[in-house]
Amino acid sequence: MNINAEVVEQAKPAIDADTRNARPLRLITCGSVDDGKSTLIGRLLWDTKAVKEDQADALARDNRNQQNGLGLPDFALLLDGLQAEREQGITIDVAYRYFSSEKRSFIVADTPGHEQYTRNMATGASTADLAILLVDARTGILEQTRRHATIATLMGIRQFVLAVNKIDLIDYDRLRFDEIATQFRQLALSLGVTDVTAIPMSALLGENVVYSGKTNMPWYVGKSLVEVLELATQRSAQTVGFRLPVQRVSRPNEGFRGYQGTVAGGSVKPGDSVVILPSGTVANVKQIVTFDLVRNAAVAGDAITLVLDRPVDIARGDMIASIDAAPASGLSFEAKLVALAPDGVSAQKRYWLKSSSRRQRVRVNPKTLLDLKSGQWNDADALPLNGIGTVQLAFDEEALFDPYETNRNTGAFILIDPDTNNTVAGGMIVARSAAVDGLSSDDGLDQTLLSLPSDLAKKLMQSDVFKAMREQIEIRHTSANRASSILRELD
Amino acid sequence: MSETKPPLDPNLKALESEAIHIFREVAAEFERPVMLYSVGKDSSVLLHLARKAFYPGKIPFPLLHIDTGWKFAEMIAFRDHMVEQFDLDLVAHTNARGVLENVSPFTHGSSVYTNIMKTEALRQGLDAGQYDAAFGGARRDEEASRAKERIYSFRTPDHRWDPRNQRPELWSVYNGMIKKGESVRAFPLSNWTEVDIWRYIKAENIPIVPLYFAARRPVVERDGMLILAEDKRLKPLPGEVVQQQMIRFRTLGCFPLTGAIRSEATTLDEIIDELETATVSERQGRAIDRDEAGSMEKKKREGYF
Repeated sequence: MNINAEVVEQAKPAIDADTRNARPLRLITCGSVDDGKSTLIGRLLWDTKAVKEDQADALARDNRNQQNGLGLPDFALLLDGLQAEREQGITIDVAYRYFSSEKRSFIVADTPGHEQYTRNMATGASTADLAILLVDARTGILEQTRRHATIATLMGIRQFVLAVNKIDLIDYDRLRFDEIATQFRQLALSLGVTDVTAIPMSALLGENVVYSGKTNMPWYVGKSLVEVLELATQRSAQTVGFRLPVQRVSRPNEGFRGYQGTVAGGSVKPGDSVVILPSGTVANVKQIVTFDLVRNAAVAGDAITLVLDRPVDIARGDMIASIDAAPASGLSFEAKLVALAPDGVSAQKRYWLKSSSRRQRVRVNPKTLLDLKSGQWNDADALPLNGIGTVQLAFDEEALFDPYETNRNTGAFILIDPDTNNTVAGGMIVARSAAVDGLSSDDGLDQTLLSLPSDLAKKLMQSDVFKAMREQIEIRHTSANRASSILRELD
Repeated sequence: MSETKPPLDPNLKALESEAIHIFREVAAEFERPVMLYSVGKDSSVLLHLARKAFYPGKIPFPLLHIDTGWKFAEMIAFRDHMVEQFDLDLVAHTNARGVLENVSPFTHGSSVYTNIMKTEALRQGLDAGQYDAAFGGARRDEEASRAKERIYSFRTPDHRWDPRNQRPELWSVYNGMIKKGESVRAFPLSNWTEVDIWRYIKAENIPIVPLYFAARRPVVERDGMLILAEDKRLKPLPGEVVQQQMIRFRTLGCFPLTGAIRSEATTLDEIIDELETATVSERQGRAIDRDEAGSMEKKKREGYF
């Protein structure tokens, strides 16, 4: 019964303190039903000793089929925590797994591969730094792969690992691996992602997951999956100005009034001038208070209490921001939306929108729906369950956002159905829109024509903000003379 | 406080900030929050984080302790000490029906006992306070069904959890909208692992129940578990011998259902070392998890934490 006898004897490797202390890397695994995703995650947990003896014993107890006589437990049973999942042999919901290598710790969002669970994938991807896309070496890139890569990109992931699994079943064929990798790089490039690592692996045999697969793949000189994960980068929210969405006002006594929240971007120090939105009031930072000590600075991610130098009217839902780099405020914004509920998202309904600590009423006007098969954004006036589209948001009261591409914290939101209180969509702000109610008028000043030297234009086009708004931008190449004559026509 | 304390490492700092964010968000969004306080190490961390989150103010909600009457004596002493030291508003609730019917882990078996003295008691305690949000110290790395738990976990008016129908939870934008009678369980420690808890206890110098440290204590061996033999209600069965052994506890619950481990770890550093080379999970010593596969999920559906 003790199927893991020889594994138990291996002591867990000593952990290097400095590297283990870094923030965990958050990743998501995406794959189709039979690509071996559970086997891959199981293998990661197993080879990093995250599975304990008693858990393996419990597996052995309700185990029906052990994998390939390798003396390994059925990893799917370890991962699928819900009774219904074990009964049906499928993964229903996103689960979070924790493991660490000698160099780093990791949080994996383990999401189902079935098409109808797109919403769970979007949920897992919302916080991930990196996506592992799993394909079966025998079948290569599928429509599902494109779907997953598209959703991951949309949610802001810019690092992909392509795991070409079951390489043992095609006799470690290097040409086939290269072919799949090339095909995937092209797919990723079409989505604007250039950071792609392709790895040939057998999750079942443990080749190139944690340990090297050199014995059977001497031609592969790259890193194992865990080595790639150890070197991956994390996103930071420090690229834009200071943002503090106010969660609550702390007034323990007459003499103290502090604004509590988590820094959602940039940094702050005493003496900084800030603007309070939406009121537009200006003040200076007097103190940053935390339990341990009064601090001289705070950066994105810190949970702080801010004291200002003058009495101002600030409530939950307001935002304290850099005076010279404030977020956009307005009544109408363009956004991308993933519909998460059975009824989808419609223009008829008014929803609650929650972003950071701010909740307000919104009307949603769907514009386009993404065809995941072709990558085309087609005109639409509603989003069905699992649909991804662009929408226009119209508010009764001033809303405050940054584009999602520049700040994930202040550019992300959820929609809540006021009848059911359910979360029905996740959204990402593209930009403030000049048009009101989604009716762009020909007379409105909602487009700007630029004439730029082509090298500057090229740089601009490589920026994330540009890529995010790509479908709203028209580009023509022409001579400098012709450009200036067109602009002259416009006056 | 200790002004000279070295800063937290980035991992613990990120976990701490996330937990504080969750505490503040729930306190702002709900009318009657409460914090479940089980006196264990995770609760100790939770309490410390709550104090940090609302500083310089006091914790703006009460603590609820579900006292089965079968907790380790040292836990109750520790709890009372904490209440006094930090001036806490603590509500202790025991299921009166269970007491009346003499429900005990010895006579009713762990499953029935847990259902009455813990799950049912918890529902009673929450109903009595009309709480609309309850903080708990559960972590996703503890158990398979907990790996699927949301940070804001929605409960029906009769405290049920429907794992197949959970609200999607994206980024750190939490949906706190509920109707009257419904509630949310909030889990600020969701992303912490057992080792994180211990490293944080050490870094922040958080007081914990001494039973977590190894010492020579009287135990009997029963059903493969080492049971502490200090409470008079534990009657050694024929053939059982009380022995002095060097033991400690990895988790603390009701003494008849919580197994000790043999250990020499008398300091936090030694505990952390022990964990990093451990080959069994922390819940291994908990009888209630072992009843059957999916047993935690079943209890959670019925309202257990």
